[in-house]
Amino acid sequence: MSEKPITGEKRAFMTGNEVVAWAALAANAEIMYGYPITPQNEIMHYWTRQAPKFGRKFLQTEDELSAGFTTVGGVLAGRRAFTATAGPGNTLMQEPMSMAEAMRLPTVTIVQQRGGPSTATVIYSQQEVNLTTYGGNGEGMRIVYSPSNHQELFDYVIKAFNTAWKYRFPTFVLGDGYQAKMRESVTLYDPAERGIEMVPTEPYVGKPGCPGVDREPGLYRNTYNVEEELYEVLQQHFADYEKMSKEVVEYAAEGTDDADLIIIGHGVVFRGVREAFKELRAEGLKVGYFRPITLRPFPAEQLKALATGNRKLLIAESAQGQLAKLVKDHIYGCTAEIVPLFKPGVGITTEQIVAKVKEVLK
Amino acid sequence: MSVTPQPAMPKCWRVESKPHKFCPGCGHGLVLKCLGEAIDELGIQDRVVFGCDIGCSLLSWDFFNCDSVQTHHGRTTPVMTGIKRANPDLICIAYMGDGGGYAIGVGGIVNAAARNEKVTVILANNTLYAMTGGQMSPTTMPGQKVETAPYGRDPEATGMPTQGPEMIAAITGAGAYVARGTMANLRQLKSYIKKALQNQIEGNGFSFVEALSACPTNWRTNAEKTWEFIEKEMPKYYKVGELKNPFEAKKEAQQNG
Ligand SMILES: Cc1ncc(C[n+]2csc(CCOP(=O)(O)OP(=O)(O)O)c2C)c(N)n1
Ligand code: SF4
Repeated sequence: MSEKPITGEKRAFMTGNEVVAWAALAANAEIMYGYPITPQNEIMHYWTRQAPKFGRKFLQTEDELSAGFTTVGGVLAGRRAFTATAGPGNTLMQEPMSMAEAMRLPTVTIVQQRGGPSTATVIYSQQEVNLTTYGGNGEGMRIVYSPSNHQELFDYVIKAFNTAWKYRFPTFVLGDGYQAKMRESVTLYDPAERGIEMVPTEPYVGKPGCPGVDREPGLYRNTYNVEEELYEVLQQHFADYEKMSKEVVEYAAEGTDDADLIIIGHGVVFRGVREAFKELRAEGLKVGYFRPITLRPFPAEQLKALATGNRKLLIAESAQGQLAKLVKDHIYGCTAEIVPLFKPGVGITTEQIVAKVKEVLK
Repeated sequence: MSVTPQPAMPKCWRVESKPHKFCPGCGHGLVLKCLGEAIDELGIQDRVVFGCDIGCSLLSWDFFNCDSVQTHHGRTTPVMTGIKRANPDLICIAYMGDGGGYAIGVGGIVNAAARNEKVTVILANNTLYAMTGGQMSPTTMPGQKVETAPYGRDPEATGMPTQGPEMIAAITGAGAYVARGTMANLRQLKSYIKKALQNQIEGNGFSFVEALSACPTNWRTNAEKTWEFIEKEMPKYYKVGELKNPFEAKKEAQQNG
């Protein structure tokens, strides 16, 4: 492989899709398989421009089923492979990612959410939370990061490859159309220079030696003959998932100790949440925020500890309660009241959040 | 003529998984025997990745002492493509039925063929969806009675049988190998499969072999009727032979040049 794509720290002003492509390069991703869909297209565009310079590869497939399944193949061959999609493409992507879940394959998928259902808009939403966290047939054993700015997009794409290869569950970075298309400043870096070691990859198929002679063949399947056999296999996956969850779960919180109201938001919406929090605190209102960074596994214990008394949880999201559903599931039995601020398919501003909080606390 | 005794099982077959799980008289076992012998003769067991589909082909997920990946309905071609693109040293073989290849997975196969992916696809054509109980597939023949066409397939309503190799021959570029063999002529079928693998070894292009195969269970045929169907009925629509042969093309070019 030729020289490193990034050396030293580089300040840049670029779109989120460009950031993703650079992050994948920095993370030593070796091959991208993709199919065009807005708003993730430029990930492929930037990747295909840079990839040959660094000995990386690309394949444009005929649809997202193939993009996902070729990614699965790339991972089986032991490559740090990834794909990217959105909206109806994400719908199709659930089939290959269910296979990745079944076979414990460390696929990495970048999702830049657009409006839904179906084709809807090509711009923005947070409506792919349900689909990305639990979309396949199965139990949703996957990891979903929700970044909120370009720096995080860079950091978490790199991290996604490591989480995936360390724990072997399909991993998603759930961005959105705003993050994909807007320009913002970001510091690009070589992970190694920051002491981030890339988890080594390993082939599932094509290991050295002759199968049946020097070693056992790798026999991978996602079909089982009897119920009990599948049940057994799944028990191990559940145990692994639970063990991993404690290590992988990430969240951010501030001002929650004495808060009467905690604002919950993820992804790009969190930017408005954090600004609103600052403004409201400055006015002396007892407000805090809680932000799940991993939507799956969800920081349940951490939020449960906060959802006590007669506190209010204001959930702000660009969807009709998809984040709220995750919250409710995970804090079941807690006494805090849930207050919705749902704007499916449109952005949410600081002003809207501030106004809503004041209305609720009045 | 001297007769060399053939070993009962190809060397690359996995003894632990035998006897295999196909119904008695099923064509899958014979097609896989040809494939096994071809792998042995080419000495590529250590480089083969065998991919099988949903359908009765899935019963071969542990058939070989080769790295094997079973995926779901129709997706074997893209999975093998993904592996091949990621590690071109491997010999990637996608094995599937006519439902997996010509219906649900046709997008995968057509586009892999059009891109001339350097993988080998072997498709067992038993004229129906076997594993799910004998429904109509793209290759069910006019008049043939199946569960979802109980009065026989009516081409007026459902079209004519898909001519897979003919279609793939038409859309592949130079270097592709395309043939249709039959379990009624195993020596020939093996030679086709071997050439399809050789073609991948040489990195020429897409290789595709359709193998006419029997499903006595869903055809509800005894041994005699099964053979009658394979030898008399199937060739009415499915012509056995090589449709595209880069080795021949090369030879001809040399002779002419
Ligand atoms: C997405 C999806 N749809 C349907 C099925 C059900 N299914 C399992 S096997 C099969 C038929 C396979 O037929 P074919 O590919 O011709 O192979 P054969 O069984 O004849 O060898 C079907 C429809 C499935 N597994 N997945
Ligand atoms: S159902 Fe048909 S194709 Fe399937 S194993 Fe039995 S004979 Fe073979």
